[in-house]
Amino acid sequence: MPAPRIPHPREKRIVFANIDREGYTPDIACYLRNGGYEDLKKAVKMAPAEIVAEVKTSSLRGRGGAGFPCGVKWGFIRPGETKPIYLICNADESEPGTFKDRYIIHQDPHQLMEGMIISAFALNVHLAYLYIRGEFPQGAQILEQAIAEAKEKGFLGKNILGTGFDLEIYVHRGAGAYICGEETGLIESLEGKRAYPRIKPPYFPAVLGLYQCPTIVNNVETLCHVKHIVRMGGAEYAKIGKPNNTGTRIVGVSGDVVKPGYFEIEVGSMTLGELINDLCGGLKPGRTLKAIIPGGSSAKVFRAGEKFKIKSKAADGSMVETEIGVLDIPLDFDTMAACGSMAGSGGVIVMDDTRDMVEALNNLNHFYAHESCGQCTPCREGSLWMQKITDRLLAGGGVESDPGLLESVSNNIAGKTICAFGEACSWPTMSFVAKFPEEFAARAKKQVPPPTPPEFLSETLIGAGH
Amino acid sequence: MSTEATTPKPVELVNVQIDGVWYQFPKGTKVIEACSQAGKFIPRYCYHPRLSTPGNCRMCMVELGMPKMGPDRKPELGPDGKPIHNWIPRPQISCAQEVSEGLGVRTDSKMVQDARKGVLEFLLINHPLDCPICDQAGECRLQEFSYDFGPAKTRFLEHKVKKPKRIQIGPRITLDDERCILCSRCVRFMREVAKDDVIGIVNRGSYSTITCHPNKTLDSNYSLNTVDICPVGALTSTDFRFKMRVWFLKETKSFCTSCATGCNTVIGARENLMYRQTPRENNDVNESWMCDYGRLNFHYLNSPDRLLAPVAKGVNEPDWTAALTATASALKSLPPSEVALIASGKMTNEELFLAAGLTQALGIMLHDIVPHTDAGDDILLSTDRNPNTAGAKLLGLCDANAGSKLPAIADGIRGGTIKGLVILGEDATALGLAESELRKLEVLVTTAMLPNLTTASAGYVLPGSGFAEKRGSMVNKSGRLQRLNRAIQAPGLARDDWEILTGLTEAITGTSLGLATIEDVFKAMSAATPALTGLSLSKIGDLGVQLPIA
Repeated sequence: MPAPRIPHPREKRIVFANIDREGYTPDIACYLRNGGYEDLKKAVKMAPAEIVAEVKTSSLRGRGGAGFPCGVKWGFIRPGETKPIYLICNADESEPGTFKDRYIIHQDPHQLMEGMIISAFALNVHLAYLYIRGEFPQGAQILEQAIAEAKEKGFLGKNILGTGFDLEIYVHRGAGAYICGEETGLIESLEGKRAYPRIKPPYFPAVLGLYQCPTIVNNVETLCHVKHIVRMGGAEYAKIGKPNNTGTRIVGVSGDVVKPGYFEIEVGSMTLGELINDLCGGLKPGRTLKAIIPGGSSAKVFRAGEKFKIKSKAADGSMVETEIGVLDIPLDFDTMAACGSMAGSGGVIVMDDTRDMVEALNNLNHFYAHESCGQCTPCREGSLWMQKITDRLLAGGGVESDPGLLESVSNNIAGKTICAFGEACSWPTMSFVAKFPEEFAARAKKQVPPPTPPEFLSETLIGAGH
Repeated sequence: MSTEATTPKPVELVNVQIDGVWYQFPKGTKVIEACSQAGKFIPRYCYHPRLSTPGNCRMCMVELGMPKMGPDRKPELGPDGKPIHNWIPRPQISCAQEVSEGLGVRTDSKMVQDARKGVLEFLLINHPLDCPICDQAGECRLQEFSYDFGPAKTRFLEHKVKKPKRIQIGPRITLDDERCILCSRCVRFMREVAKDDVIGIVNRGSYSTITCHPNKTLDSNYSLNTVDICPVGALTSTDFRFKMRVWFLKETKSFCTSCATGCNTVIGARENLMYRQTPRENNDVNESWMCDYGRLNFHYLNSPDRLLAPVAKGVNEPDWTAALTATASALKSLPPSEVALIASGKMTNEELFLAAGLTQALGIMLHDIVPHTDAGDDILLSTDRNPNTAGAKLLGLCDANAGSKLPAIADGIRGGTIKGLVILGEDATALGLAESELRKLEVLVTTAMLPNLTTASAGYVLPGSGFAEKRGSMVNKSGRLQRLNRAIQAPGLARDDWEILTGLTEAITGTSLGLATIEDVFKAMSAATPALTGLSLSKIGDLGVQLPIA
């Protein structure tokens, strides 16, 4: 067990209420002692459509990265659907900088179970899958245990709580690919194929998902929120946070701060600066802030000192434009998007003045070139090309045209691929080059390309399956 | 490959604007097909009308506009009374999108041009650019689209990804993974059409590599279709590669004569040598495919053993007139009841018609064809390996049960009641007759392309032509009349078989049949055959004609 960690007073813990609590264990007895499965008992007395309506009222937005309204997604299931409907919990938490779902899985698995069972009941699902990334072997064991316990107590399986509602949940372990977190890639993987994301149209999961049946894919944290929405009621839940940015969310801060970690905060209740300086203890002594990636590694980077013009509604209803700095950006979905980045998966990566931005980008480029599934052309070829350019910049072979080339290559990927990986792999390059031009220019000084160095390693790399 | 797809029956037409012009298309038409029909070709790699649509190459991106809806939920109309469009700010693939009412398409806007240029640059950076030594050059879509839509200069300064080269992925296919653009057409073909899911992609990202499953090979009888649909030089035919540059090949439309299906083909030949045949699209016969067995079954035409001159009375007779006269008088020396004729299901209708005429001229009552059967499949290959059994039945060379008279003929030869045999394009030993028994025949006449045990025993050998060397028609197993065209000339003194049969019949009867060309033969045949009434060789066309027979 990790050492108990006391929540910061500015946090508002709902989903993470039991995380790191002294004496709290992941077994069902502990969960029941703490009021577990009471919300399920409440939910099964409601009509499924009522639960969907509550989720819609709550304005809950998906916590996986895209921030898509959960109620709207659920609403895509056609009434009177005759095919089986599937629910998939996306526990393939792989976005660099993101670490939230793993704590729910490891420490409070029954909260996820309850959220999933309620959601399945609301969506008339009788078979649900829990797709967990291969790198969480212990998590998978814990979830299997939780499923067995829930079944034994009658919360899962046949005739749940005497209502006649049946549900089976199966844990499926991934095999170590970032792309399995993309919902249609996940579905392909679950079907036993390579995780090649599907084209949309026509393969919208809510219409043609798992086994060509309507399928809802929700993130772990999102499904947990459903449980609390049922408890509080959608309208009450919507009072937390800001309109259209409701509830709490878990942010994970990593990088150059004194106390990195995870925090559950009310959406929009604090700024990036407050998160870094108050909750995380600020930067290390003597360091200054250089950059922040606010929502997982795919989110566009902010440069310290950047200013943004934000439109907001004044008290009298008129729109006013205010200028804010990076550290003044409130942690919500919409403002983050208005500033040109995204709240994404809640992984905040902080970089101080000791960081070389070319090196940082190269690190991300290695990740994306390695994780590109290789199905569609721009991402397959572009992600490795961008990596090779930054490799060359770091090796001293930078040419004057390289920053422009990086920008052009990233623009040729974004918006032209099958799935959002195209954006995920090109946004870092786009934003790093645009916001730190002097660092790239400093490494891209040669007028003519250097002689190509002898080839190295590529055959062995292929052999190793990289 | 051909780009036309089978468009569904026009149930409902929708209005679509393509590059400013309004057209109507049946609902369900893919945007990429609609653009082609409107004369705006969209480049594509992964899309194939007969395979599933993964949308992975991103080459067919266009700009799409949805009709702008007014507050009354009706489309807002412009000054021309047509809907105004809300253009989607990102290019969209046209292969997966179906046309919808009021849709707008731009196939050549700046956004589309930039998208194509970007995709082509990505496809080229890790491609070896070895066109001068690549067998696909000249029919390579990467080469073609790069010229048409691609960037002129490279910006790539890095090392290319290294992948396996010259892999014998199957007995008939060589794979160069570096040239592969991972369009997955081959994988989908093997899974969806050939039903032999042996190839797939391993590794990830730019290192993705087409390969065969461990301990398997790409040895399906349909494997060579993957070569046809491979848009680049990754999959090449081991039989054809490096034999001839494709731009030197003269193309002749024909069909395969290796079974009763009659898959439509294009023959590639140069300087009187046939180099390959590839399938030609025909929705009523073979869609876009053919089997490897049929495709490669042509090398005998180029054999050095081909019979080059007639043989009469057991010796070479380079004068055809003399040879035919000698053959005719030998046949006439026997009473008709002692002569049998065996034709072939590999002969054209015209030849079979003339063979029927020959039986009448000689008064032969005993005639049949030799059935050839072997294992078929439920894709294309027929168990009937004769391409024209239906024609032989239609023209009366055999009865409904082809080959039923062969035992009687064989018994007659053994018993000495049959003293003369005319065997056209077949080997009599296939009837179970020994060479010694054949030698008992007083007169043995045969037409053949290659030496066999019959030609070795025959006193009269008349060298004929192969399917690529002649014109004529055949009827496939579904009753479809199809046309052979001449791609190459028969070698030496070998003649078109219809000329041999006409000459022989005229030598027997002493009167002219009045047949100067193959068209004349067809005319005479159609006049005598109700099922062929009103048809001519030219009316058969490239795709054939369905006859009113079962």
